This record gives sequence, structure tokens and C-alpha cells, in this order.
Amino acid sequence: MNPKTLFDKIWESHIVKEIEGGPSVMYIDRHYIHEVTSPQAFAGIRRRGLKVFRPEKTFATCDHNVPTLNQHLPLSDPLSALPVEELAKNTATYGIKYFPLGDPSNGVVHIIGPELGLTQCGMTIVCGDSHTSTHGALGNIAFGIGTSEVEMVLATQTILQTKPKQMLINVNGSLKEGVCAKDIILHIISRLGTSGGTGYFLEFAGSTIENLSMEERMTICNMSIEMGARGGLIAPDNTTFEYLKGRQYSPGTIGSSEVGGVEGRVNEAEWEGAVKRWSKLKSDPGCKYDMEYTFAAEEIEPMITYGTNPAMGIPVNSVIPELNGSEAGLSRALVYMGLTPGVKIAGLKIDYVFLGSCTNGRIEDFRAFASLVKGRQKAPGVTAWLVPGSKGVERQIEEEGIGDTLRKAGFELRQPGCSACLGMNDDKVPEGKYAVSSSNRNFEGRQGPGARTMLAGPLVVAAAAVTGEITDPRIFLK
Amino acid sequence: MSYRKFTIEESKAVVLPEENLDTDQIIPARFLKTTTREGFGENLFYDRRYDKDGRAIEDFVLNRKECAGTILVAGRNFGCGSSREHAAWALADYGFMAVVSSFFADIFRSNALNNGLLPVQVSEEFLAKIFDYSKNHNGITLKINLMEKEISIPSSGECENFEISNYKQNCLINGFDDIDYLASNLKEIEEYEVFKLSSL
Ligand code: SF4
Repeated sequence: MNPKTLFDKIWESHIVKEIEGGPSVMYIDRHYIHEVTSPQAFAGIRRRGLKVFRPEKTFATCDHNVPTLNQHLPLSDPLSALPVEELAKNTATYGIKYFPLGDPSNGVVHIIGPELGLTQCGMTIVCGDSHTSTHGALGNIAFGIGTSEVEMVLATQTILQTKPKQMLINVNGSLKEGVCAKDIILHIISRLGTSGGTGYFLEFAGSTIENLSMEERMTICNMSIEMGARGGLIAPDNTTFEYLKGRQYSPGTIGSSEVGGVEGRVNEAEWEGAVKRWSKLKSDPGCKYDMEYTFAAEEIEPMITYGTNPAMGIPVNSVIPELNGSEAGLSRALVYMGLTPGVKIAGLKIDYVFLGSCTNGRIEDFRAFASLVKGRQKAPGVTAWLVPGSKGVERQIEEEGIGDTLRKAGFELRQPGCSACLGMNDDKVPEGKYAVSSSNRNFEGRQGPGARTMLAGPLVVAAAAVTGEITDPRIFLK
Repeated sequence: MSYRKFTIEESKAVVLPEENLDTDQIIPARFLKTTTREGFGENLFYDRRYDKDGRAIEDFVLNRKECAGTILVAGRNFGCGSSREHAAWALADYGFMAVVSSFFADIFRSNALNNGLLPVQVSEEFLAKIFDYSKNHNGITLKINLMEKEISIPSSGECENFEISNYKQNCLINGFDDIDYLASNLKEIEEYEVFKLSSL
């Protein structure tokens, strides 16, 4: 038999049928929805007189629009309240499990899926949101879809897909101190460009990737889309299995099937059965990829972006690239960012920091941030938005005493949501202000009209938060 | 639900010779809060079209009456960024029938196709030709023939073929969409669930 990639194996087992001269009908195991991209899909099935075909395979949360303060109050912005109300109505009508605002399981969709054990190995997972690629970290084909496709999944539990090409990205070796998963992916994107992965599905492998925690792997897969790839996956291993064991909806968790079980209580035989199935989810030796790249972990430095797409990233201790005349995009970006070519990026004064989003809003990110700010103080004049990715993360922050560390250092925690990642709520960066942000997109206006976003990992965000300027976090690690 | 049918479209092109026009530029996130598909055209390219006080920026191409048309031409990597289908809705709602570029982001491409908006991927050379011609002649008319999978510049006679699956070509010509197709396959999907899914 031909050796197969992990992607091939999951793909083939989910194809219902192939259309001649066209795409394939692909079965979807898990469908996540949120308030922004679902109302039109529900309206669509109603207009066509269709029902939700498999309501138990769709899970809903609200995250994009929601405020990060006073979540117990009614939403004050009527425009934000409308889609949230629609979601509540639609999920109730069709019998879809919904984690509303304030629910102990609420949070950013790509944080709660893995956290609740809804995201499991070997699945096909879609959501009307491009960072669905995050779930690939647990060994899945997971990708973002548009609202018409949300409608397809609601109506038929399938979508039409054309098989993408496949790319293997190896990262080998040990990371330097102070370098984190975000730096790995910003480094890769800065090399391959924003369209380097278009048309491909990625697999990340190599010793560096294998040694990453589950949270770090999610950060990597999350940003696959920023190089244009449909998604990215990582073969599941013991790290994955340990992460999933005993989570609310994981196999074997007692009572898990419909409503979510009691965390931690596991039927071992059932769990072992799942692990046995999942252990087969690996690419075969000798399988073929359409493209392969290899990166050395030792070459990766703490990164930051200086421009208006995620590929415009440089090591935090280097200089802003010179214009070589030919790049209109670069010069427009530097004007927008108010930056001078040839100048060191470290030392630039900043106004805002944002720790959060589905890229870096998990417990490990808060641990990393807290480890650096501990015993120090937030710089005067810096506005800091620290937004846990979910209620679960929020609880863990307090349980581990991280909340106290942060408050002592002059920081406040906000409530879960997408927040400043896309500025659909009140957390907008004002025009012309610099924000060092742990999120995934630095497009013009992403964090608010005229906002100047610089993407970085939690340590660089923390270093900026205590110094008020772009700073290499390693000076604090000695 | 059916969309506008697409067979042959000949129109003045709206030329935007910029790369990486992402979905946040096509339709900024703050305009996504409605729950219908209509009306997004008003806010298409909002931050490029209007200044801070909401006044039209005169030299932006969508504000130039003499440049109006149903075919948008833009630089490579059009539609990168978020998966928001609102970007395709905004373009279609504004009145565009097709977008021409040398490269489209994957999700944008499928979103466009699902809304009867034809993404026409041309070679870098052909794109450069369109940009040059339009610059030198103060505009350009393009013709897109979906039956022949061909795009041409009628006044110079230059043309190029583009790719689209036969399935999608058919959908667009007839105004069908994927949901119509999938909903007619529910029996097969149920069989898959019984025979294949349960054995995974
Ligand atoms: S955190 Fe940001 S990228 Fe993630 S789902 Fe929310 S808006 Fe999208």
C-alpha cells in the first residue's frame, strides 16, 4: 500500500462521495459556531425550509462581540446584542448546545473546543472562523469556513471540499531561552510569506514541535492561516492524550456523551480504547508531500512584527528593514506604522499591550506573562488588556495565584472574549497608538481604525508592559 | 436558493493595483454586526473610501464615477485574512460580478463562488497587462466568458483562460449553489454515517 500522510488518512475516512470534475462531499465531525458568522446561515436554512440535520454535532459560544467588563449586565451596544440574541434563539430552536456569556464553559471558540475535550484526535472540524486551524494541534483536519458553508453543515453535516496540496514543515533542535511557540510561527511566516501556504494543508513535525506542550502547539497551528494555508496539523502523541484525558467531553469521561461529564472521572477502558485508535494517526514513513521546509530552532529569536501583515516580522533585537525601492506594500506599511527603516525596533515607545486571543489566551500564556512581570510594575502610561481566552482559563489563573501576581504588578484581568484581537467590542486601540499584541493579525485597522499593531509572544508583550517600550524579554530572564 | 446567473460579463473594470487586499480592508470588522446578508456594499472598502469624517476620498477608485463597473481587478493575494463571507457579500452587494487577480486566498475564493461572485485567477503577466493598459488608456473594459473559461481585453484582443471546476462552472451558469446539491444527498450521507463513520 502507498504510504499515506496523516492528512490523507483523516481525509479519506471522511469522504462521503466524490463529484466528477468537482469537489468531494466531506463529512464533518465537529462544528463550532459563534454569533458573528452564524445568523445568516440559520436564516438560510429557514428560507429553504431545511432543518438542522445533526444538532448534537454543533456547539455554540459567543465571543467576538462581547464586552470584557461587566459581563453580568445586559449588552449595552444594541448592535452587539442582536447577533448574541439571535444565537441564543437559534440554538434553542434547533437543540444545539450553547455556552452563553457567563456560562462556566464560555470563551473564545478555539480555546474552549480543546479545553472541553470537544476537539479530539482524527476529526474533521469546521467553524465559521479562519483560526479554526488551531484545533489541528490535536491531530485533526480543522479549517475555517464561510457562512454559506456553515449553512451546509447545519443542513447536511457535510461540505464540499477540494483536496488541498500538502506541505510538511519540520522544526528541529532546541529553542533558545526566552523563545516561545509564537516566535516559531512568526519566524516561519516571515520566511514563507502571507501566501506561502495558499493551496496547502500543513503538517508540523520535527523534534522541536514534538517537545512543545499542547498549548504551544495550538499557537503554532492557529497561525497556519496567516501564511494562507487552509490549516495545519500535528500528529497526536502522549502530550495530546494526556491533555485530553478526563476533560468534560473526552471519551471515557464519565457522563461525557451528551451534556459533558464530570471532569477527571474516567472510565479507563473506554479511554484506552480511544487512545488505541488515535495512536494510529501518524504519517507513514516515506509518504510524499508536495512541498517541504525545514527550520532550525536555534536560529529563532523572540520576534515582533513591524508592518501590516503577519509576515512582516523581525527578531526583537534587530532593525526595521530598509526599503529597497521595489516594495510599495512595505513603504505603505511603514507609513501606516509610523516607523523608520534602518532603525532598531527595540526602544520604540508603546501605548497598549494585549494578552489574549485564540493564539495566546491560554493558561500557559498567562503563566509566561506573569513570570516576567512578577516583582515588577506595569509601566506608567501603558494601557494593558489582559483577557483570558475562556472562563476555564480565568478560573485557572486565579487558582494558580497568577491573578494576584498580576494585580500586585499593577495589572487588571478582564473577562473572556476575542476583545482587542479584532476590536468588535469596546477594546479598540485608538488611531496612531502602538499596541504590542499577542493576537494573530496586524492588518490596517484590525484593532481599531488607525491602530498600530505589533504582534508578539507573551514574553515580548510582558517586557513591553513593564518597560513601556519594545524590549527583548531576555534581559529579564537572567 | 439561487444566485445571479453568470454567463458572459463585459464591463468597465474597477482597477485597484494593490497586493494583499485583506478582508479587513474589504469590509472592516465593525460593520459585521448585522444578521442579514444585505447592505454590506455600502461599507465596502470603507476605510479606503471615506476619511475620518465620513467624506468620500475623491481619488479612491470606487469614488470615481468614470470608473464604475462590475469587474474588480486587484493585485495578488486578494481576500487574505479572515474567513468572513461578508467580504464576498459586500463585493456582490456593491454590484461586482467578478474579481480578477493573480492569486486569491482559499477561503475567499470559495466564499465568492458560493455567492455567485466569480474569482478569475489570471497569470501575473496578464494582470500586469491589465494594469498597464488601464493606466495608459485611462480605464479598461474586460470581457469574461464563463462558458469558455476565458477572460479578454476586447480592445486589444488579448485573452487568457482561467480555471474553475466543471461543477462550479455549472453552478454559476445555472445559478445553483452547493446547499441545493448537498441537501439532495442526505440519503447517502446517512448511509455514510451508518456504514463508515461508526467504524472509525
Ligand atoms: S480571538 Fe481573534 S482570531 Fe481568535 S476567534 Fe476571536 S477574533 Fe478570531
